[in-house]
Parts: sequence; C-alpha cells; structure tokens
Amino acid sequence: MTDADWQAGGFGLYVHWPFCAAKCPYCDFNSHVTAHVDHGRWARALVSELRRNAARTPDRVLNTVFFGGGTPSLMDPSTVDAILLEARSLWPAANDMEVTLEANPTSVEAGKFRAFRDAGVNRVSMGVQALNDADLRRLGRLHSAEEAMAAFDVARNIFDRVSFDLIYARQGQTLVDWQAELRRALALAVDHLSLYQLTIEPGTAFGDRHARGGLRDLPDDDIAADMYDATQEICESHGMPAYEVSNHAAPGAESRHNLIYWRYGDYVGIGPGAHGRITGPHGRLATETHRMPGQWLAQSEAGNGDSLTEPLSLADQAAEYLMMSLRLSEGTDRARLKRLGLEPEATTLQHLSGLGLLRVTETSLSATMAGRRVLNAVLRDLLAG
Amino acid sequence: MTELSRIRNFSIVAHIDHGKSTLADRLIQLTGTVAERDMQEQLLDSMDIERERGITIKANTVRIEYPAQDGHTYILNLIDTPGHVDFGYEVSRSMRAVEGSLLVVDASQGVEAQTLANVYQAIEADHEIVPVLNKIDLPAADPDRVREQIEDVIGIEAHDAVEISAKTGLGIPEVLEAIVKRLPPPHGGDPDAPLKAMLVDSKYDAYLGVIVIVRIIDGTLKKGDRIRMMKTGGTYDVDDVGIYRPAMTSVKELGPGEIGYLNASIKQVRDTRVGDTITHEKRPCDKALPGFKPSVPVVFCGLFPVDSSEFEDLRTAIEKLALNDASFSYEMETSAALGFGFRCGFLGLLHLEVVRDRIEREYDIELITTAPSVVYHLHMKDGTMRELHNPADMPDLTHVSHIEEPRIKATIMVPDEYLGDVLKLCQERRGIQLDLTYAGTRAMAVYDLPLNEVVFDFYDRLKSVTKGYASFDYQMEGYREDNLQKMQILVNDEPVDALSMMVHRDRAEQRGRAMCEKLKELIPRHMFKIPIQAAIGGRVIARETLSAMRKDVTAKCYGGDATRKRKLLDKQKAGKKKMRQFGKVDIPQEAFISALKMDS
Repeated sequence: MTDADWQAGGFGLYVHWPFCAAKCPYCDFNSHVTAHVDHGRWARALVSELRRNAARTPDRVLNTVFFGGGTPSLMDPSTVDAILLEARSLWPAANDMEVTLEANPTSVEAGKFRAFRDAGVNRVSMGVQALNDADLRRLGRLHSAEEAMAAFDVARNIFDRVSFDLIYARQGQTLVDWQAELRRALALAVDHLSLYQLTIEPGTAFGDRHARGGLRDLPDDDIAADMYDATQEICESHGMPAYEVSNHAAPGAESRHNLIYWRYGDYVGIGPGAHGRITGPHGRLATETHRMPGQWLAQSEAGNGDSLTEPLSLADQAAEYLMMSLRLSEGTDRARLKRLGLEPEATTLQHLSGLGLLRVTETSLSATMAGRRVLNAVLRDLLAG
Repeated sequence: MTELSRIRNFSIVAHIDHGKSTLADRLIQLTGTVAERDMQEQLLDSMDIERERGITIKANTVRIEYPAQDGHTYILNLIDTPGHVDFGYEVSRSMRAVEGSLLVVDASQGVEAQTLANVYQAIEADHEIVPVLNKIDLPAADPDRVREQIEDVIGIEAHDAVEISAKTGLGIPEVLEAIVKRLPPPHGGDPDAPLKAMLVDSKYDAYLGVIVIVRIIDGTLKKGDRIRMMKTGGTYDVDDVGIYRPAMTSVKELGPGEIGYLNASIKQVRDTRVGDTITHEKRPCDKALPGFKPSVPVVFCGLFPVDSSEFEDLRTAIEKLALNDASFSYEMETSAALGFGFRCGFLGLLHLEVVRDRIEREYDIELITTAPSVVYHLHMKDGTMRELHNPADMPDLTHVSHIEEPRIKATIMVPDEYLGDVLKLCQERRGIQLDLTYAGTRAMAVYDLPLNEVVFDFYDRLKSVTKGYASFDYQMEGYREDNLQKMQILVNDEPVDALSMMVHRDRAEQRGRAMCEKLKELIPRHMFKIPIQAAIGGRVIARETLSAMRKDVTAKCYGGDATRKRKLLDKQKAGKKKMRQFGKVDIPQEAFISALKMDS
C-alpha cells in the first residue's frame, strides 16, 4: 500500500484561543474581547473536541501542537496542561514534538511563561510587531518596545526556541527605516522571524479607515516590493534565509507546525473558527468549527463543534498543495502534484522560468525570490489550465 | 367596413421624453380601448428594452374608437413610430401610411433637434399637423414662448396648439376632438377596386410567425384571400386579418383607409419588404405604390462571446433577432484574438446597443463588442470600389488609390451659453459648419461631419459639454475622399486586430497617444513589462510601457487560510476568463470599448 498523501507533510494539532485583551486594527483573525472567560468550561470543551477529532484520525503520530489566537498567552496554564495531557494520551507523540504558543510580549504574560513551559510548551512565537513605541501605538498594541524586549529576554531564558513577528510597510515607514529596524531585530539572539507586509484586510478597523480614504501614508506597492527585496537580502546575510514567503529561520529552526500546512499534511483544528485537513477512508476532508465563541462552546458541549465537514475534490487538493507548497523555498514535489491530477503545461513552466520567477527541475517546482514576490500571479498562471 | 369620412389615421411626432408614449396611453385609456386593469405604462412599446429606454423601435399601431361631439363614432388609427435618430428612416416610412400628425412639444423645453427632423418628415409626407403643448402643468411651462418657437423654427401655425398634460390627463378630450376636426380623412379609396395595400412594417411573433401591418389604399382584404407582394413576388394565403386594440383582434375584412394586420404564415421578416405593395394574386392592381429603398446599416462592429464555447448560442441568438429586424445584418467573423464571432451592421449606435443588450439579456451570453466602424469606400487602382466594414481587413495600400468616408449632416440645437463648446467639439471632430441660426436663446448649428467621428462617443461628449441641454439629429450625406489611414495597436509587440481603426492623418498621432495611454490604464500589470504601441504601416507613432507587477503575494497563509485562498484563486481564474489573451497578455473585455472613448 502506498502512503496517503498527507504523510508527506506530517500531522499536527492546532488549538484556537479566540480571546484578546484588545482588538488590533489590522487583525482579521477570529478574535474577541470579553470581560470574563470560564476557563474550566473552555478547557473541558476543548478536551472533548480533541477526543472527537482523535476518533477520526487514528494511527497517527502527533508531530506538533500549536496554540494560536486570539491571544493564547491569556490562557490559564492549566488549560494548556489539560489539552497537552489529553493529546498525548490520544495520539502517540513524536519524541521531539514541537509545542508552540503565541504570546503577547507583555510583562503580565511573561510572568506565566514558566508555567507554560512546565505544561509542555517548548517554543513561543511573540507578536512584537514593531520596535518603536509610536508605531506600536498606531498598530493598536498594548505593549511598549522596551516591554517587548524584556518579555523576549524572559522567553529566551525559559524556552528552547523563540520566534517573533514584525510588521513592515507600515504607515509612514521608509525603506531605510525598515532596514534599520530589521537589523536591530536580527541583532537579538533570535533564530526565527516572521516578517509580514502590513495587509489591509476588509472588515478590520484599518480596512474601514482605508475604504474611507484614510491611512494615506502607506508605502505604495513599489516601495513595499523594495522592502521585501531588502528583507530577503538582509536576513540572508544574517544566516536567516526565507524558508517561506514571510518566514525566516536559521537552518533547522523552522516552525515544524507551519511546515505541516505548507507541505500540505493533515491537521486537526479545535477551538472557535479553527480549520482542519483530515484524511479519512474516503479521502480528504476540510473541517471548520463555529466561529463565534459562545456558539462554539455550546455546540462543542453538545458533542460537535464543527460547522462544516466537506470532502475536498482531487482538483481542490492539488490547488491547495500547489499554493501552499510554492510558498516554501523547497517548493512543490511534481510527482506528488501529478498524483493529485495536476500537471502544469510545459509552455507555462517555460514562460515562468523564462521570466525568472520559477525554478523548474525534473522533480520540483520552486518560486525564485522574484517569483515569491508575485506568487499570486504565478499561481494564477499555473492553475489557469 | 368604415366610411372613409369617419376614419382618421395619424402619428405622433415628438422629441424623446416630450411625452409621446404617455399621450398615446392617455388616448387609448380615455376612449376605453383598454380596460383600466390592463393599463400599463407605454402600452405600445412591447419589448422590454423599448419600455426601459423609453424608445420605440418598431412601428406599432392601435385602433381607437372615439364617439365625437358631433354624435358620430370615429375610427382613429395611431401609428407609433420610432423616435430615435437611428431609426429616422423607419419614421419616414411609417409617415407615408397616415395623413396627419400630432406634433408634441414639451411646453418648458421647446423644440429640439429630433422634433425638427421628425416634423420635417411629416411635412414631406404632406401631413396636416396639430401642435400639442405637453407638460403644461409644470411650473417651468412657457406655452407662449414655445408657440412662437414652433412658428419661427418649424414654420407652422401654432396659435391654436392644444395645451395638455398627458400625465394628468388634462386636455386629452380636446386632442381627440382636434384629431377629428383638424386632420383629414383618408384620401380617395375605392372599396371595389383591386386590392392595393401598403406594407407598413412587419414583426416576428414566436407563435404566429410574421405579422404584417398594412394600410389599405383601395379594395378590401379578407381572410382566405391569396395575396401577392408586388416587389418580392411572394404569394401567400391570408390566415387572419385584424386590428390592434391594442390586443390583436380579428375582423372580417379591412377596407380602404383602414390600418390593421394580416397573418399569412410568412416565415421571416426578411421575406417582407417595408413599403411593398400587397395585392390579390387573381385580380392585381395595375400600379404599385412608389415603395422605399431599404435601410442600410451604417455602423459595424464585431460581437464575440466572452466564453468561446458559446459561439453556437450566439449564432442562434443573432439569427432569432434577425428574424424580426431586417435592418440588422451579420456575417461570421474570425479574429486572431477573439476567436469566432459575427461582424454585425446596425442603423446606428442605439440600434447596436439595443441588439447587444438583447443578446446579453434575453440569451444570457456575455459579449465582447469591438470598436464600431463605419463603411469606407476603398477605390482601388484597378478602378473597382470595395466596401471596408472592418479596419482589420484593410488591403495592401499599394493597391488603393484613395479612400472615401461617409459624411453626415448634423443638426444640433443648444442653449446659446453652450454654443462655444459645441462648435469646438464639432471642429475637433473635423466638422464643417453649414449653418448657424438663433431662435430666442437657442442656437441651431448645422454641421457636415464624418460619421466616423460621430459614431463612437460624439453624443456622449455633446451631452457632457452641454450638461444634457443639447439635442442632436443627423442624416446621411454621402461619401467624400479624405486622408485616412489604418492605425494598428500592438500590445507586447503583437498587433491586436480588434483594436485596429481608421484615422485621419491629422488626428492619428493624438488618437494613437490617447489609445496607448488608455490601454496602459485598462490592462492590469503583468509579471513582465508590456510595450503598448500605435502604428501606421510599419511606423510607430505612439508608445507607452506598462511596467511589470512588483508585488502580489499573500503575506500570511496558514492552515486556516487554505480554503479562503483557494476560493480566491478560483474566483480570479473565473475573472481571467473574462479577459482575452494576446500572446501572453490578458486584456480585459471592457478595454476594447473603453480604449476608444476619448476625453477630448
């Protein structure tokens, strides 16, 4: 018997904690601000969802767990502990299982880091976002740059692996500003960085402001492109090449959980609005849970938090595999893509490689640096056939 | 059969929006021709598009029975004619079937260019004309001024014009009395003479086949008669004769002076010729009516399905539309860029838009419309003349001796404060001023213009420079030689045939530059830079470069984003279908039309 497709990517668990202390104006994730959370009730619901999902994903080794949000560093460490304990009892865990938790870099949360480590978290990803206070305020962040650095130091001492996020192409930011800020970030003892271009998403506070003609001093596409190029160059010279469109790591320090998404493995998603990809006896399923925390809680307690369980056609799987894997510098396995029924036309491949956007070998397709910058257009061409 | 002295046949002449259809509705309503509950706005305009655009495309007729103040009941036959300039020729034909006209003028706006064009046709057809001032209830109504204007500009007596409000019904009884008292009954007409009837118009009905509107001159027409069309020679058995009230109502016979319909199992509208004389096969009349020359398409464009798999559907749609519209011509066309489609000929831009809308709406086929072009006359060195319907078909210039283009005589009426802008616009479009007169604060400019310069966006420009206050009408004036050249557009070094156009040498560079600039805005950035050039012969006269797209990537894409991202790509893929590929360049369909809209 040949291996199922997902096995090329591995198997992970995503846990969504939907609550935040405040909503950031750029964020379009499923996050909510609420005065009171019944932590015990949430822990029990998450654990029951875990069991329900384990029943449909037997015979898997759990490679990674990721607590995302929202702000999972607001979770009670006992909740994290209960979930990890249950997960380890439901699936055999890999020896080097990666357990990541997203954290806001405030002193309050830093105070909980030791408890998170004791529960089993071995990697934190910190939402630093900017290294100067004026920009942090404009991004709606509740911490100062100094506080973030202090929290980072605490994390560095407690966890094996620490990553942080920065957002660039911010209002009023120049290329030179960004280059300097990025060099400061790289000077910290960090082996993983997520560097995102600020994206104005509809339905966010920034989206509304932008639609009304606000946020005028955002860098234009050409400057954003220059910033992207500079980012690649600077990170590479610091030994932190991009292994994905917006993610940089020292070799070996990549986020193994996120690699499961990009290598199109299987993942179980629990918590409000979490998505999953699960291979069952009849093929691959896309799963989604109820987005609103109250509804999710009630449905999960009633036995099923899913709002959607949908079989994915082979063509959908091929499209998803291609668009996820081309984000990675390692690229796409052509044989695997072909097994999913997709073989891009030779003329398209020639055209894209002729433009210097795509590297084509017998066995793989990968976007060049220039190609990653216009990846949506490259994907449109590859999927057009 | 009705006594001739109790029949009145008439049409209504008006500028668009001056209330022609509303007046017709009121006449029908007041005489009880239609039950109140069946009343809907603009009864006579049967097609949706006609109703929507407030225009009439085909001639319609209705019989109204009116008990007049003299105690007699009169038969009033109204022929409703197309009002738009594109269909001017049809107007003149319908006018020949009646003896009088109501001239409807908006009492606040006064005489407009279209009023003029149509009323002259009525005068040419020897009509008695009753002026009617509509919208008299509006605060801005100035009936005295408009009366004066009718007398000054048109030159007909207007002191006894009927003042009405078609909207409220005010004055409608007076209009009916005026029709009876002031319009003449049909001339002569012998019920016992051999049948002589005028084919006024014909339309296709999905259930009944072709329905022919006829005006009887002499003789009588009955069900079961075998008739002959004197021009086309076709013979048919009459299945039914009747009148419109406005619903089709069978009658025993139609006699002299009457207007009605006949149904004789005629397959398509093309088999009938408007203006033809209908007579009995056994006992024909000796002399046919003078007849009309058929209307000729003056504007051509290519219609291509956006989705090339819908070509056969488009063929079916076009064939069905042509069944009912003899003035619309089509032939298959192949474009390197757009695939299979049809080159279609129209009476004017409105006609083009109506046909295009109907295909898109009634047959649900999305279309790419290429730049409209007029018909050029190519005089070849060997002495022959060729018609050029599509600039892409321009032959090698070494064989061409000279090129002629169609000209029009345009009449523009405008408040004098906008006159300067109008004259400037006409000048820019290579116009030659023929006449300029004033009536009160309105000016009337008459220009000789190349149809080519008018066909595309002249009317839009005219409306915009005059804030909608100008009115415009034109007639064809024949062909004249000028210095014309074919301009090609090259996108990424490949000629795009659908964007080829004929231009005057003096305007070539300006148009070429404008086209390239416009296309640079309309074509989305690609992954590579794209030169856009305008060329005449091998010579590039304008060039723009569309720079390459620098950044188009989703910053965050994790497990929760896969579905949304895939759906987005699917949507973009569908969007790509709406573009046409020229080599490696995707050109959005709206570019083919928008690129030609000039801002100056």
